Amino acid sequence: MATPAPIARRVRGLSDRAIAWAFIAPAITLLLAINIFPLLWAIYLSFTNYRANRPNAVVEGVGLRNYERVLTDPDIWQAMQTTAHFVFWTIVLQTVIGFALAYLIDRKFRGHAFWTTVILIPMMLSPAVVGNFWRFLYEPQIGLFAYAASMVTGIPTSEIRMLGDVTLAPWAIIIVDTWMWTPYVMLICLAGLRSIPDYIYEAAEVDRASGWRQFWSITVPMALPFIMLAVLFRGIENFKMFDMVTLLTGGGPGSVTEVASITLKRTAFESWATGRASAFAIILFVAVFGLANIYVKALNKVKQR
Amino acid sequence: MSSANTAHSVVAPSHTSKRVAGTIVIVYALITLIPLVWIFLTSIKSPPDSISYPPKIVFTPTLEGYCNLFTTRTRQTPDYIVALPEPTSTCDEVTRKRNMVIAGPSNFLPRFVNSLVIAFGSTFLAVFLGTLAAYGFSRFKVPLADDLLFFILSTRMMPPIAVAIPIYLMYRELGLSDTALGMILLYTAVNVSLAVWLLKGFIDEIPREYEEAAMIDGYTRLQAFRKVVLPQATTGIAATAIFCLIFAWNEYAFAALLTSGQAQTAPPFIPTIIGEGGQDWPAVAAGTTIFLVPILVFTILLRKQLLRGITFGAVRK
Amino acid sequence: MQMKLKALLGLASALALSSALPNAAKAEQLTLCWAAWDPANALVELSKDFTAKTKIDMKFEFVPWTSYADRFLNELNSQGKLCDLIIGDSQWIGGAAENGHYVKLNEFFDKEGIKMDDFVPATVVGYSEWPKNTPNYWALPAMGDVVGWTYRKDWFEKPELQKEFKEKYGWDLGPPKTYDQLKQIAEFFQKREVDGKTVYGASIYTERGSEGITMGVTNVLYDWGFQYENPKKPYEMEGFVNSPDAVKGLEFYKALYDCCTPPGSSNVYMVESADAFKSGQVAMQMNFAFTWPGLYKDEKVGGDRIGFFPNPAEKAHFAQLGGQGISVVSYSEKRDAALQYIKWFAQPDVQAKWWELGGYSCLKAVVNAPGFASSQPYAQAFLDSMAIVKDFWAEPSYASLLQDMQKRVHNYVVAGNGTAQEALDGLVKDWTEVFEEDGKI
Repeated sequence: MATPAPIARRVRGLSDRAIAWAFIAPAITLLLAINIFPLLWAIYLSFTNYRANRPNAVVEGVGLRNYERVLTDPDIWQAMQTTAHFVFWTIVLQTVIGFALAYLIDRKFRGHAFWTTVILIPMMLSPAVVGNFWRFLYEPQIGLFAYAASMVTGIPTSEIRMLGDVTLAPWAIIIVDTWMWTPYVMLICLAGLRSIPDYIYEAAEVDRASGWRQFWSITVPMALPFIMLAVLFRGIENFKMFDMVTLLTGGGPGSVTEVASITLKRTAFESWATGRASAFAIILFVAVFGLANIYVKALNKVKQR
Repeated sequence: MSSANTAHSVVAPSHTSKRVAGTIVIVYALITLIPLVWIFLTSIKSPPDSISYPPKIVFTPTLEGYCNLFTTRTRQTPDYIVALPEPTSTCDEVTRKRNMVIAGPSNFLPRFVNSLVIAFGSTFLAVFLGTLAAYGFSRFKVPLADDLLFFILSTRMMPPIAVAIPIYLMYRELGLSDTALGMILLYTAVNVSLAVWLLKGFIDEIPREYEEAAMIDGYTRLQAFRKVVLPQATTGIAATAIFCLIFAWNEYAFAALLTSGQAQTAPPFIPTIIGEGGQDWPAVAAGTTIFLVPILVFTILLRKQLLRGITFGAVRK
Repeated sequence: MQMKLKALLGLASALALSSALPNAAKAEQLTLCWAAWDPANALVELSKDFTAKTKIDMKFEFVPWTSYADRFLNELNSQGKLCDLIIGDSQWIGGAAENGHYVKLNEFFDKEGIKMDDFVPATVVGYSEWPKNTPNYWALPAMGDVVGWTYRKDWFEKPELQKEFKEKYGWDLGPPKTYDQLKQIAEFFQKREVDGKTVYGASIYTERGSEGITMGVTNVLYDWGFQYENPKKPYEMEGFVNSPDAVKGLEFYKALYDCCTPPGSSNVYMVESADAFKSGQVAMQMNFAFTWPGLYKDEKVGGDRIGFFPNPAEKAHFAQLGGQGISVVSYSEKRDAALQYIKWFAQPDVQAKWWELGGYSCLKAVVNAPGFASSQPYAQAFLDSMAIVKDFWAEPSYASLLQDMQKRVHNYVVAGNGTAQEALDGLVKDWTEVFEEDGKI
């Protein structure tokens, strides 16, 4: 790894070791100060009854009670289910549409580079600012989405209450997320398709394999690690989902779109049950971290195949 | 596609399959653009036009949304308005037509400036610290380097609300609540993980023979870093910078929880723009348009680097 | 690329510098925090006199109602210095007093000769006192507000509608005295063609995210006999919050929501409700009284077309209290200037102008003045409403209590999950937990 000895000896001034630390230390210090220290603090708080809106109150240790309460709270399990539903369907839709698009773009039709860039635009925008505008598109009487949906389905626009209806609201947020993030999956899939060397297809041609067979025995398996990577990134992101849902539904109607982050925010910054919220935050973090690790192991297995 | 392709090589798709693929992709692209076009169209509609049914596609464009975005207005009696001197600007004129007068500037501009300061400030810091750290990781034997790097990356997996709880308490103690400095430090910390990871990839690609040759010519390690490595890494640094910038620019959760006024950025502000009795959709659309334009430009500039950035360098073309 | 990068960095540093400057420039400037609504604009207008008199500039930070509590409680809890003065919601007073967010005003009131007896008693208890009904003042009553109703007088006066209504329900179409009457009127107008447009019965509060549906449903619950606690035994809620009467009240609110609101009314608060009325969609509208001056001035639905009535009665007769007092934030570095503003604001002539501009003064000298009731078409309805006010919990944990109620009620009324009994039983359980955690029971 390091520079060969004869050259290193000729270096004047700082030694490599000193430079290495001088270069790495500031970034690590910042991360320690703004990531690790607060994380440790949160772990400490999760064992107390601390409330951020009562700075003068006595802080007492409560042992594992916060964890117990979080894990036995039906509302939190409800929120986890809502999150799972959201994560599952956004991943399914985005993977199917994203892969299909990548496959089509890989036909390299005229102008495909330009249209690829166009498709990418939604994912670069602020989910909060754009999500907020979707509220307007979803308005039952005046919104463009309701109008278009009514044209297609024949249901009167006043009945298309995307954000107010218990069954439609979860889909309203799934639609916006899919609109925004399908390009992301598409881009990764496209890289996957382009990584497949031409000679494999040529060999398949020689064997007279049908296009259908080539698709299932070459294209899909070879692009699979990429697809899985896209699923991983989208999964982590949507598990954390907060901004878009907050602005679209605020968790409503009732609690049908209340994803985990919204419950967490309500516990921490509206009820100010800081201790309990910290316990919930730690549980969430461990969950994402654990799931992601298991997934990465699976991904590596697929890659090695 | 299967039957069409059997005669030809898949490597060079047939004309028909190209045409079909092209049509589907273009239709999809156009459909996904509709919401964005609608944002822009709404921004140049008058408030009544914006909420008319059925949605209006043909209308007289007006700057009212932009005027409303930048000003606060108060309602006055028609007599009062008639007695006023000639309007001095287009906005004066539009406002008076609604029986209102401009009372002063709105908070949009300061919030937009906050967005610029915080996004650029944190990007600069993240890229600066990230470049140094990435070089350190790339060129020297650092104990536990892999663990450190993985740890750095994993800090991005935390839900922002979970991070915000202790940060909120810490900033309260340090007096950093609702300050630009606090937000810059926070965004820097979040972005530094991306920056280190991406830049290490870029720097790894620069052959170390270049530096070694320079050092044989008498450069110190630091000089070699500055005069050889940095110029080679410019593209990578620029791409990384734009990714950091986009994150900081678009971020909502931290901004909503940790700022309230002085350091508030545009994303938590835009949804709160309301007019007299009701969300002022043209003004919201105007704010959204202004806010989105820089990112559109960056997306186009960056399209070749996009993949690497959004996957933490896990995928390279 | 390198050039671009340099330009970028240059821009960044220039911006960082330029933003640091304006903060240091102005010394005497007060920031007042409040909600973004019509009265706030009136206050901007009113405050020009203060600036002219004292040379102290006023800056304003107004936030929409749906994020008002969220933003400013967060600001207070983070001990931020954004607001020197804050017009905080009535329910915040307990927490703000106990946690030292507000400056206690007793001494200042004594020194300046400001007497709480000069203000309407309900507003003093509601906006200034903590603990309630003790002479500990944390705010000056600033804006009286209460939930009431507006209706389309022009529609109600159409002879053909009056005739049809009388035939159908057997009484004369007019402002309802009871909620049953209100529902009949709402049903009558629901999906009816009026002036060539399909209209709906009533717009009521259903907002989920902040406090909307609670501020709406309580008007009905109070009337049906809902009580927050046993009047003889504080914090005993079983049988009061979920009494059979309260259950009936909640069922009524859902029935009203299901039968008589415009489509897409699942997330309505003040702004949306006023909007539905302004756009000519609804015959009646539930809303805080602050919206009335603006609606009366509206070109399309104001003037002769609008009428006002207080919350209808049922078994009991109450209305949900809104409104706020003005307080000095204890973290402000400009306490003296801020107190100066309150002193100025408390003057009778300023209060009179406040009412004129569209604010609801709480000063007896203004509201009891002869001619007040007839000074505006909505003044009488306002006075009648203020006489029957009742407020939500003002406990330090009010936010948790509110959140629980938002969730339980919205889940039943809008999402249609479970029964009214289950919703209120759940609410008793949630609230008991909150008070237990507080050590109150």
